[in-house]
Amino acid sequence: MTALLRTEGVLKSYGGVRALDTCTIEVDEGTVTGLIGPNGSGKTTLFNVITGYAKADAGEVYLADRRITNIAPDKVFALGIGRTFQLTRIFPSLTVMENMLVASQHHRAGARKRAIEQLDFVGIAGYHASLAGTLSYGQRKLLELAYVLVADPAIVLLDEPAGGVNLSLVNHIAVRIRELNATGTTFLIVEHNMEFVMGLCHQITVLDSGSVVAAGPPDIVRTDRRVLDAYLGEDIEDIEDTDEDPDPAEGT
Amino acid sequence: MSEDLIEGRSGLSRLRGLGGLQLAFVVALLAVAVAFPVLFPSPVATNYGVFALIFVAVASAWNLFSGFSGYISLGNAVFFGSGAYALGIAARDWHVTGTAVFALLPLSAAVGALIAVPFGLIALRVRRHTFIVITIAVFFIFQLMAYNFSFTGGTTGLDAPFLPWAPQTYNNPFYYIALGCAVGAIALSWLIRRSRFGLQLRAIRDDEDRARGLGVHAMRVKLSAFVVAGAVTGLVGGVWFFYLGQVEPSSGFDPLFDLSVVLMSFLGGLGTVSGPVLGALIIEPGQLYLTANTNGYISEILLGSLFLVAVLLVPRGIIPTGGEYIRRLTRRGRAAIPAAVPSVPQAPDTAPVQEAQR
Repeated sequence: MTALLRTEGVLKSYGGVRALDTCTIEVDEGTVTGLIGPNGSGKTTLFNVITGYAKADAGEVYLADRRITNIAPDKVFALGIGRTFQLTRIFPSLTVMENMLVASQHHRAGARKRAIEQLDFVGIAGYHASLAGTLSYGQRKLLELAYVLVADPAIVLLDEPAGGVNLSLVNHIAVRIRELNATGTTFLIVEHNMEFVMGLCHQITVLDSGSVVAAGPPDIVRTDRRVLDAYLGEDIEDIEDTDEDPDPAEGT
Repeated sequence: MSEDLIEGRSGLSRLRGLGGLQLAFVVALLAVAVAFPVLFPSPVATNYGVFALIFVAVASAWNLFSGFSGYISLGNAVFFGSGAYALGIAARDWHVTGTAVFALLPLSAAVGALIAVPFGLIALRVRRHTFIVITIAVFFIFQLMAYNFSFTGGTTGLDAPFLPWAPQTYNNPFYYIALGCAVGAIALSWLIRRSRFGLQLRAIRDDEDRARGLGVHAMRVKLSAFVVAGAVTGLVGGVWFFYLGQVEPSSGFDPLFDLSVVLMSFLGGLGTVSGPVLGALIIEPGQLYLTANTNGYISEILLGSLFLVAVLLVPRGIIPTGGEYIRRLTRRGRAAIPAAVPSVPQAPDTAPVQEAQR
């Protein structure tokens, strides 16, 4: 397999804190890759650097063989990288359909039809005329996924897609990711829900203190000593158990 | 409605999208506006009309940038005053007299647009309160320049060329020019609101960073809207200058201008097409009346008080609040009739969504 997305030795500091420390990852085309690690390990910072929301102090980011280091978010999106955020970011004063049309600007012909298809795919087409601000948290997650998909990105970066939503919606999202992956869409997923990650991902990369400590198939990674150390010595099965119950404060 | 342009529908079909009742209302309003100088030929009445229409145009122009994008500008008087001064300087230096001066009006629009480019490139790099502060700073720079440069006439300002028209009907041509500007500004605002460009502006208002991450060229979009607003405001500034016959630094670059325009948009409904129109039609004649019939400062005190009342009682503005009230009444009426079948059947895989709603 060839790497669709890769970072090479990315450094990123905020003041005296080094968020990413020579971080090198690869995401193979057509795979679902998980990016895990303890809180503060640099997962979201890496997403921000890849998508142009944060500038790397050093190192490179490549999409296929094209260097995309430190280019603006709109250009990153146009090149085929879509992303969602840990805390969903939609346009609350626009309707659900208008949210979709903001993202589908690069596909002018039949934009509305395509938007309806994507909304139908994630299961919220019935809300297309509603103001996005009136949607529940779970529906917002689905809308964010839908409007990232409407532009047909080559790779989708999902930041905690299962965070703060109930189990049935987590399963719903997992099914949709599998279906999209089967049609060729590549995913890089940051997630704390280990059951979700282990069940969905072909490859897993583990970050700790801004550096990659392990990478490989789920079965190998889950038994890796360095991974267990990164999670404060906890057994990975214990982490799976604690992550099954999302924070009720962030619930739907 | 924003998808209309994306789907490439014709202008006529978009006009149909207004709805029969709305279209009839707009046509009736336009007919009344056209007939106003005939129905009320007194110069006092037409004077009210000219100023009201001037502010309809500038409030609509302000709203099509600030209302749609959320970047609250307190520096649009820069375009207004510059449009006025540009005409005064051009007429004086090029020795243009009589009605030929109206041919210079496009210059006002061009000057407004040109000034908006560097102004926007500087101010639009920052957001929220910092943006507001920069617009105020630029405004005072322009006012000081008008006071101190010799080519602006300094403190005495500039006089407009004399127009040899009868006093009784002097206002009428200005009324129709101002009406043209107002209709043009409203139409522009309406078209932008429904275009992909307008959708991008509104997305920027909600979450600019997110919009950038979905491919919106935020700077380009904001600057374009700022330039359009600058052009319209500059043009209207030129009309205002010819109508008053003179411009001074304190009147061309008047801090109350922006406060009035902001209040008009807030009162009517920020980010709506009709809100600034309604706000201007309420506030400008009211201000004129109070200025003429009371001590001047009373109107300013009332303007400030109205701003407080508007923010406290109708924070979203009259049009959105009224619209919501009417929708609620309509819904209550419909709720009395039980629906036999749900309008959208639920697919089996939407069950998680229903759960998520809870």
